Amino acid sequence: MSDEAKTAVELVAEQRTDAEKAAVQQQADALVEGAGISVDKAATVWQRLMGTQATFTFVALLALVIGFSVMGAGKFNTGSNFVNLAQNVAILTVLSMGATFVIVTAGVDLSVPSAVILGEVFAVKALSFVTVGDGTGVDVSGENTTATLLLVALAGSLFAGLTVGLINGFVVGYLKVPALIATLGTLGAGLGVAYLMQNGVNVATYALAPVATGQLIPGLPNLVLVAVFVALGSGVLLHLSVFGRHTYAIGSNEEAARRSGIKVERHLLKVYAFAGLMSGLGGYLSVAYFSTTSVAGHSTDNLNAITAAALGGTSLFGGIGTIVGTVIGVWIPAVLNNGLIIVGVQAYWQLVVVGFVLILAVWSDQLRRRSRSRR
Amino acid sequence: MSQTSAGASPAGTAAGRVPAVAAYGIEKQYGQVRALRSASFEAFPGEVTALVGDNGAGKSTLVKCLAGVIQPDAGRIQVAGRDVVMHNPVQANGFGIETVYQDLALAPDLDAAANVFLGRELRRWKVLHNAKEMRRRTAESFAQLGVGMVQDLRVPVASFSGGQKQSVAIARAAMWAKNVILMDEPTAALGVIQTKKVLELIERVRDSGLAVVFISHNLPQVLEVADRIEVMRLGARVARFSRDDEGLTVDRLIASISGAYRNEPETGSENGQGAAA
Repeated sequence: MSDEAKTAVELVAEQRTDAEKAAVQQQADALVEGAGISVDKAATVWQRLMGTQATFTFVALLALVIGFSVMGAGKFNTGSNFVNLAQNVAILTVLSMGATFVIVTAGVDLSVPSAVILGEVFAVKALSFVTVGDGTGVDVSGENTTATLLLVALAGSLFAGLTVGLINGFVVGYLKVPALIATLGTLGAGLGVAYLMQNGVNVATYALAPVATGQLIPGLPNLVLVAVFVALGSGVLLHLSVFGRHTYAIGSNEEAARRSGIKVERHLLKVYAFAGLMSGLGGYLSVAYFSTTSVAGHSTDNLNAITAAALGGTSLFGGIGTIVGTVIGVWIPAVLNNGLIIVGVQAYWQLVVVGFVLILAVWSDQLRRRSRSRR
Repeated sequence: MSQTSAGASPAGTAAGRVPAVAAYGIEKQYGQVRALRSASFEAFPGEVTALVGDNGAGKSTLVKCLAGVIQPDAGRIQVAGRDVVMHNPVQANGFGIETVYQDLALAPDLDAAANVFLGRELRRWKVLHNAKEMRRRTAESFAQLGVGMVQDLRVPVASFSGGQKQSVAIARAAMWAKNVILMDEPTAALGVIQTKKVLELIERVRDSGLAVVFISHNLPQVLEVADRIEVMRLGARVARFSRDDEGLTVDRLIASISGAYRNEPETGSENGQGAAA
């Protein structure tokens, strides 16, 4: 019935005279141009950028970098220090990608630490199942490791992260338990499982070292490379894919999304699963970088990831957020920490400053929202 | 296809016309409350049909049944003379029925084009959305419909005025509807000029040949734009008016809304439906 039928708009269009059609086309072109596609592209893009939280935080980051470059000249603004910084933020960058997606849906994921630690534990467990020479994959040194070992460990990490993520997504999406509680539950439960599996003892392994410290591109540790790829991939997923658009829609107006035919529950499951995968990957990278599991070492990863996303302009009420913003949000605490040490101030000031900057950033976000919806 | 099945349609098509959408003997019960008691309704192509009634008369429930949002306990729904069953709004969309909800159902953080194509995104390489093409088509449709109030298609609709938002919602419906557009109080929250614009938009959609159904409490407005008026009271249809009916006044409408006047038979059954025709 509806295959040959036309929509109201098509029918309206057919009734127009040639003169009217031309006028309508002109109007349509004007509308598209008004959107900044052809004329004044630079101007409108610039104006749009100026209004965003990400720009605000980027300027702050830039100011920090310039400030420390002046105060710590010769120490802060060196290539090796920036590579060092990039290495320090790489794992948090990966974790923050998942946090950004979750927060854009107006959710939150507190279970990051447990998924990271389970990712670590499963990576090591997976390695221990592979027999190499007299021992297992765990005992292999960085120089003698194989692609198989790297992939086996990766599969273990991703499996652990995905499992935590799927549980989160099921509980939040289908059982409708508030994300705060659902992920608080999996945080505790996941940590418990990790402790049980390890008896609270960490396992050291150098088998994954090439993933972190190896250099496919000379001068750039692979860890940084992985983080860059994950960030780019997340950017495409959030901003250019239909999946990303539905993520925004659910955070913006869940009921509207549902009525538009978006399967909200299934989508939430996927979003939390993605966040879990990112956490699992974070655990993998963590073992690679630190050469050991650290069952007590990730307790604030969830809060750091949320901080990064919020600093970067991701709204905790959902519907708003960018990957670029989150990446900037990851760098601000790191640059502060690094810069303060270099200029000889106690690094604990970083905690104080980041805390207040976070409040400031979210407050300004709310001011903007209020002024926007007042019309 | 609609012509072939026209013979099977019930007596409601008295004038030989096939309703774009019709409901016969719809029952809906919420716990102890009977929201719809054998309610019937018809809307014809190329007409604005107003659905009026007091609060709790069952207007919104009936429209939600037609939109696929809720499922009736009993009764038949027909689209273009054919019996249909709709389990969700997407199935209703498949039958050419689009709905403009009272609470708009736009995602405020997305721009107009993203809202218009929400859930039906144009794609590139299967997984990416084609933002540019969606924006172009949105601009064209807005121009066709004369939705001139929207200046920038890239701005989130949260920054739009109430009238602009409503225009986007109606334009979205008009871009996809092939049979019927259902509107639940489309002008309730709007100012005078915005209301005028939205009513013009409704008439333009009507003139395209689709059926427009709208719920309203504003009786002068109903008399202004509606070609036909169906009055509901206590979950059933109590009166029907056509624009040309003599004696169709606000007073007569109020009388039928309050129960003092009816031109529909008292029974709530489908047999009564046949007698009315």
